[in-house]
Order: sequence, then C-alpha cells, then structure tokens
Amino acid sequence: MPVLRWIRRNLIVIAGLLTLAYMILPNIVVMVFSFNKPNGRFNYAWQQFSLDAWKDPCGVADLCGSLSLSLQIAFWATLGATALGTAVAFALVRYRFRARGAISSLIFLPMAMPEVVMAASLLTLFLNMGAQLGFWTVLIAHIMFCLSFVVTAVKARVMSMDPRLEEAARDLYAGPVQTFVRVTLPIAAPGIAAGALLAFALSFDDFIITNFNAGSTVTFPMFVWGSAQRGTPVQINVIGTAMFVIAVLMVLVGQLIASRRKSNARN
Amino acid sequence: MTQQQQTAGGDVRLAGISKTYGSFTAVHPLDLTVPQGSFFALLGASGCGKTTTLRMIAGLEEATTGTVYLGGKDITDLPPYKRPVNTVFQSYALFPHLDITENVAFGLRRRGIKSVKKQVDEMLELVQLGDFARRKPHQLSGGQQQRVAVARALINHPQVLLLDEPLGALDLKLRRQMQLELKRIQTEVGITFVHVTHDQEEAMTMADTVAVMNGGRVEQLGAPADLYENPRTTFVANFLGTSNLIGGEIVSTGEDLVVAASGGKLALPRERCSASSTAAGGRLLLGIRPEKISLAHADDADDIAAGRNRVTGRIVDSSFIGVSTQYVVESPAGKALQVYEQNIERDTRLLPGAEVVLHWNPAHTFGLDAGQDIDAGATSVEDAE
Repeated sequence: MPVLRWIRRNLIVIAGLLTLAYMILPNIVVMVFSFNKPNGRFNYAWQQFSLDAWKDPCGVADLCGSLSLSLQIAFWATLGATALGTAVAFALVRYRFRARGAISSLIFLPMAMPEVVMAASLLTLFLNMGAQLGFWTVLIAHIMFCLSFVVTAVKARVMSMDPRLEEAARDLYAGPVQTFVRVTLPIAAPGIAAGALLAFALSFDDFIITNFNAGSTVTFPMFVWGSAQRGTPVQINVIGTAMFVIAVLMVLVGQLIASRRKSNARN
Repeated sequence: MTQQQQTAGGDVRLAGISKTYGSFTAVHPLDLTVPQGSFFALLGASGCGKTTTLRMIAGLEEATTGTVYLGGKDITDLPPYKRPVNTVFQSYALFPHLDITENVAFGLRRRGIKSVKKQVDEMLELVQLGDFARRKPHQLSGGQQQRVAVARALINHPQVLLLDEPLGALDLKLRRQMQLELKRIQTEVGITFVHVTHDQEEAMTMADTVAVMNGGRVEQLGAPADLYENPRTTFVANFLGTSNLIGGEIVSTGEDLVVAASGGKLALPRERCSASSTAAGGRLLLGIRPEKISLAHADDADDIAAGRNRVTGRIVDSSFIGVSTQYVVESPAGKALQVYEQNIERDTRLLPGAEVVLHWNPAHTFGLDAGQDIDAGATSVEDAE
C-alpha cells in the first residue's frame, strides 16, 4: 500500500503539523474575526469583511484605557519581578546559607497554589491591612506571582554558568561592579530575558487574581470578560491580533539578529 | 615589550602560607620562592594543594595564615583585580559573549586603556591566532582556546603568569605541542610562569624548577634533572618517573655505603643517600631507575663486569614499545622490578620465564630513608594519566 507507506514515512511531519495547527487555530480565528462586521453585539458569526475595527481600535468606551492600564501594570510587574527574581536566583545558586533548601521550595509555592485560592487569600490580606484596592494592590499581587517564574528561569541559566568566568574577570582587573556588569549580567541575560517575557505575559493576561484585588480598577482582561456579558466588540480581536503579531515579530527579529551575528562571526 | 618586563620585576615569595577549610588543611604552612623570570612548576596529584597555592598567589583564595610577597611587596590583602598577576584557567574561562579580540582586550579595557587594537593584534600574532580575531570562543578548537587564554593573560604584562593545568583538556599530541609553545612564549616574553600540573613529564619538559607537592606540603624542590636523579622521598621517586626501591641493611660505610639486600650486596655513593642515619646496621631503601639497569641472561652472568650491583630474578612480563622493551622482573629484592632496555641488540632469550641478572653501576643508585611508605606516589601516577 503506497499510501500507508507514505504516511509511515512522514508520520513525524504529519504529527508536527497537526500539533502546530491545533496550537495556532485559535489565533487564526481571532485574527479572521478582527476583520468581521458583525450583525448585532456579538462577534461570533462571520458576516462580511471590514476594516472598521482596525481603523478605530479605541472606538469602544474604556477599551484603550484598560489596555493602557494593563500594559503599565505588566511593565512595572515585569521590572519588579525580574529584579527581585534575578537576585533570588543568584542567591540560591551561588551562596550556601541556612534554610536555602526550604526557600528554594517555598519559591515554587505560588506556582503550585490554585490561582483562585491565592486570589481570595490576597484579598483577605489586603482588606485586613486596610489597603485601598486598585493599581497598587494589583501590582503587588502580580510581582508576587511572577516572581517564582522569573526565579525558575534565571536559576536554570545561572546554574549552567561557570563561576570561573567571574574569577577570570576579577583576575583581569575588573572590580565587583565591573565583573557583574561586563560578565555576569551579559551571560545571564538570556535567562533574565526569558523570565521577564514570561512575567510580562503572565501579568498582562492575568484575570483571576486581578479581578479579586482590583477594586474598581479595570484591566484589559477584566474589560474583555465584562464586555463578553453584553456583547463582544470587534476591537477586542483587533487588540488580540495586534499583540500576537507584535510578539511574533519580536521573535522573528530576535532570531534574525542572532543568525546575522552568527554569520558575521564566521566571516 | 621587553622594557616593561625589565621594570616589572620581582620574585614571588610565599612565607608560611596555608589554607584550611574547616577541619581540612589543603595547604600546610609553606615557604616558597619563585625567582623572577623562571618557569616554575607545582607538580602533584589532584588534591595535593597545588591549585590552592596558585589561587592564593592570584588572590582568588584567601590565605588562612602567612604572607604573599611580590617583588618584596606584601600583596596578601590585595583583591585579585589589584594584583599584577594573571591566570590561565584550567577550563580557559573565556568569556562566551565576547569575541576573541574583546576577550584578549578585557584586561586592558578594565584598566582604562582605550587604544587596544595594536596590542591585541600583536598578542594574537604571538599566539598565532591573527585570523581568528572576530570569532567567538566556542568556534575555536581546544588548543586555540587555550592560546587565547594565554594571550588574554599575557597582554597585561603581569609580573607573574599563573597557569592552572592549562593543558589538561587537550589530547596528548596537542599537549606536547603546546608545551613547547608555552615554553617558547615564556622565553620570548621573559615573564615568571608558575605552572600547576599533575603531569610529571609536562613539568619536567617545561619548568626550570619543579616543586613536588603531596598532601598540602612541598616534598622536594629542584631542577627537573636533579629531582629525577636524586629524589629524597619515596613519593618523589615514584611520582616522578618510575623507581625500583629495594630495602636493605647497611653493612659497611665508607665512601660507598654497602647494603645487604636480598642475599646479595649492593653499593651506592654515600653522597647520594638522603637518609638521616647512615650508620652500619641501619635500614635503607635503595633506588634505581629502570633505564639505568642492564639485563643479562643468567647463562651470561659471568660476563658481567666486576664492581657492578647485581640482582638475580626471573622475567614475568615484557612489553615491546618500539624504542625500548620494558621488562617486569620478579626477584627476592622486590616484587616487580622494572627494567627498560633500549632495542639495540635484542637478546632473544629474554622472554617471560627466563632467569636473568640485573646489573648496574653503583653510582646510579640513590638511597632513601627506610621509614617511608615504599609505594607512596606510585599509584597517583596512574590516576593522573
């Protein structure tokens, strides 16, 4: 049977393509429906092609405000979690101190804890402390749950780093600050960048913890959730598509730079 | 370059330097002087404290006690980045994110030198890597990386260059080649090299002076030929090459000591005996290097010239290795005596099982204190290779 033989030979490719399609299909649906002109309030059935939503992405009340707030929170949460998480990762890998093992496991707790439980307990904590719910409580919560992911990403990198590189730097007249800036940081950078990207993505689309602790503040995921009750504006798909395209472009540019650098080094 | 070496002078002197980690003593209080411009090797098996000693000179390890002097100046409390000393690390420790030029220029840039290009080019030329300036370390072979590590250290014109097993990761042929290369560079730049190695052949090929370390102490220090010919401890005798050690009792003293061993009498010059007591009746270990021994079939025993030391035995093993044949001889004097015979006129009767007489010039015999472990250092050589 030639067909069967062909399938058997290309099984890995077929399985790979199917998996890829499975992952990408939802994104394609979002993209396609960003060009829809729905009949009525819900953007669930294809009607006709239109660029209306793309021409006026902020045309829905409060959408761009919530988007801007989410981006701000994601930015500061990424910054905070990355700085703290990198320091924690270095401490855990490079130094031996009491309770190091315990701390190492405790760091994983926020990852293991069901998000809704964490959200509720955070709310209890904030209310008992008399904190005003809003931007700051959301930011504190986001830094907290992003931290474990950053620590995990950076730790993996730092573990593979040869401490002799820093010794070599010190031996070559670099003081402690110079050593960190010129050698430690650049070598740890891929791990730190991975942690930061993860933190940004997690913070930007977090709904459960944010919803519990935001008070009257509305982030983008909360806006999407809220509007889904009353009807889904096409602009949501536009924002979603734009985020997806930006992310893909960033990856492509990164790969391009890396391969360019590699071929330059070879010449 | 030459002018800078002459101004940047000074011996390295370690005074009572030691290092302990908790209850473990890595280096016992140690006094050592490395003369300026010399190629000095610290030789020993892993864990003997040689690398720790090197790291204390570099400042990467804090000395528990003692003082490090460089050219008469106390540098014990200076951090590594303030010491005019550079290190070539065992794993090279090249910065993976920088290309070869920037790796080599690193030390110059940290000291605020802006125009580095000419010096870097010169240095890469010295280590014959001019064409690789823009590559990243991982694109280079092990031997090339090793040369970059040397260039990166030497460009700073350190007063002392420290080399921590710099050839350990290379294969045998490349290692031999790099030994000559490093020796050439050292002669060319005239900087003091302190070289840590477990490879006794490497130490002897390259160094002017070798310090043999064992258990955190320097066992013996001297020129390679002197260490080889006149080891003062069984460790040095076994670690540096191979020695046949035979126990015996002193029966007569004079210009030559005569020792009764394995039913016969063996002589050695008194000045070649390092044992503390050479009085008659005392015990002694006699040492003889395998290549100094001649082998005769028992049938020819009468042809051996008078006045030579003789030991009888039986060949238990022989291996032909091209330039020589190595025999293992079982004898009442020692369980397995090693004999290396040059392959000039091979006696076809010298096969395993043959009865033989080992004979050698008494002047080639050395004497050691009998109160030592006869096998000290013998196994470490095999571990190291």
